[in-house]
Amino acid sequence: MSPALSLARLWAVVLKEFIQMRRDRLTFAMMIGIPLIQLTLFGFAINADPKGLPLALRLGEETSLTRSLHAALVQTGYFRLSAVTASEREAERLLATGEAQFVLDVPAGFSRRVWRGESPALLVEADATDPSATGNALAALAQLPATALREDLKGPLARPGAPPPFELRIHRRYNPEGISQYNIVPGLMGVILTMTMIMMTALAVTREHERGTMENLLAMPTRPLEVMLGKILPYILIGYTQVAVILLAARYTFAVPMLGSLPLLLAAILVFILANLSVGIMFSALARNQTQAMQMSFFFFLPSILLSGFMFPFRGMPAWAQIIGEVLPLTHFLRIVRGILLKGNGFADIWGHTWPLLLFLLAVLLIGMTRYRQTLD
Amino acid sequence: MTEPSVIAVRGLSKRFGRKIAVDNVDLTVNRGDIFGFLGPNGSGKTTTIRLLCGLLTPDAGEGRCLGFDILRESAAIKREVGYMTQRFSFYEDLSIRENLDFVARLYGMKNRKSAVDQTLENLGLGHRQHQLAGALSGGWKQRMALAACMLHEPRLLLLDEPTAGVDPKARRDFWDEIHRLAGRGVTVLVSTHYMDEAERCNRLAYIAYGRMLAEGTPESLVAESGLSTWTLDGPRLADWTERLRALPDAEQVVPFGTSLHVSGQDGAALEAQLHALIADPAISLRRDAPRLEDVFIHLMQRQEDER
Repeated sequence: MSPALSLARLWAVVLKEFIQMRRDRLTFAMMIGIPLIQLTLFGFAINADPKGLPLALRLGEETSLTRSLHAALVQTGYFRLSAVTASEREAERLLATGEAQFVLDVPAGFSRRVWRGESPALLVEADATDPSATGNALAALAQLPATALREDLKGPLARPGAPPPFELRIHRRYNPEGISQYNIVPGLMGVILTMTMIMMTALAVTREHERGTMENLLAMPTRPLEVMLGKILPYILIGYTQVAVILLAARYTFAVPMLGSLPLLLAAILVFILANLSVGIMFSALARNQTQAMQMSFFFFLPSILLSGFMFPFRGMPAWAQIIGEVLPLTHFLRIVRGILLKGNGFADIWGHTWPLLLFLLAVLLIGMTRYRQTLD
Repeated sequence: MTEPSVIAVRGLSKRFGRKIAVDNVDLTVNRGDIFGFLGPNGSGKTTTIRLLCGLLTPDAGEGRCLGFDILRESAAIKREVGYMTQRFSFYEDLSIRENLDFVARLYGMKNRKSAVDQTLENLGLGHRQHQLAGALSGGWKQRMALAACMLHEPRLLLLDEPTAGVDPKARRDFWDEIHRLAGRGVTVLVSTHYMDEAERCNRLAYIAYGRMLAEGTPESLVAESGLSTWTLDGPRLADWTERLRALPDAEQVVPFGTSLHVSGQDGAALEAQLHALIADPAISLRRDAPRLEDVFIHLMQRQEDER
């Protein structure tokens, strides 16, 4: 009778697995690559305590006090000066487009009132769409009134026990209560679209190759373009169905504000869906079977979710990770969808995040199409 | 008056990387022919068929298929050709009717519904039309594939090993259908490994290592091979096989049931050697006509020797 567990047979199976593993280069690369990527991303790129956030100064005057104030802000480590403007409209625009995450408003006459000991109030406007990205910075601001002007003030104003020379009023814009769902639910739309759109198209096309049906399709009077478009259109519809589900849930379950224009949002979503579909097509042209297409999709999805600013604050990442993030469609889409829904962004505000999507779409489509032609012959 | 050939190509060549898949092949197929395409695995049969229907572009060569230039008019060729791939290449997760309907739409057929209905009825699949194609047995899959290839009434059928893995009854039915189509004027080019199928073709071509080695009717191929065959009958023939193989002029020694077939190019020499070797009166020796299989294996061995 043969034993229940034969080491020789067990070894035969183990050996066979290793041979197959070695043949499947992509799986092998995944097994080595995924831990390395995860280590790099979580170890170096991700930082839940972002520093050096862009702050714009709207200055109604420029004095030695405002210079000290600026220096003290930078000193905290949480801020870097991204713009100085005298115009309120420009400050508003900087906040709306995300070029600045904070605006410190120093009105004219501020210094005079400090000297008089009136303890004037300064307004800090914070883009609170992502509460986790602004929390620590706002906490650091609380120390500012007591310390910022210590070197400048003399006499009775500097005496211990005197009231702080100025007050800070913090205004959390777009998400005053700091509700994280406001940020996550719209972002989730981008994440879900990224995952399904890329994987579905990549699989749909490789499936035709794997099952041999592509040969039949091409022997009939169908053109590659017709095949591609015909395969893509249903997924656009599916993408919009997902969008509808998420938007309805966002509105009625999570009460996410929807300030901007819905048609503008839907148009931006189309660009984003197309960008993802183009990635799927490129993968399907590169992959030899469905497993590979799946692995490639996963390879793309991982940095998308970690480096786009969905899970962790974008500005907390080092420069190299931000550069990778800027290439990914999800990064730009998150800014667009949060901008439209939470900030009420119009076309002019989101254009800065839309053209990178279009550029990405064009580049990837070009790669995909050239690779696709080669695989036919 | 002779009408122009359905397929007339010269010097067809195709290479993949450094491997020459098809090497300078000339091919002429006339209307109503059932043209058998034979050759070992990897000999270039599939590639030749793909070149003919415009799925691949040849590296060299020229010619016409159904009167259209194979280099420039592949779109027109695709419209008039029915190509049945080696592997079942319809959608297993679509029903039989959905598959046929899909094909009819791709060809832009106006009378789509009636054509599909008619096809389903001819196939005898009317009552199973909503079954998934993947649930069909091998033989039925082949019949469905053939029906789908015939839906747009092509003038030329290219069948790539259509009956691989199909049982004998289904194969016979399939070939009856092919003969019926040929009778209606459809030209058929079919690749196969089965010798009984080769014998049902009216013209044959043998291709190996991408080169066309022989072409003609089954009878002429046998006659031109110059091969002589003897059949040995008797007890314990297996013991003789090795000694027969050692004979200088015995090219092939093949057991068939209880008999042995010995073939060679030099008939007289082989006969003398056989008589000299076999003195046992229990073993009968009879001269036979070589079969197609002997001829093809002979062609293949000769090609190997030349390489």
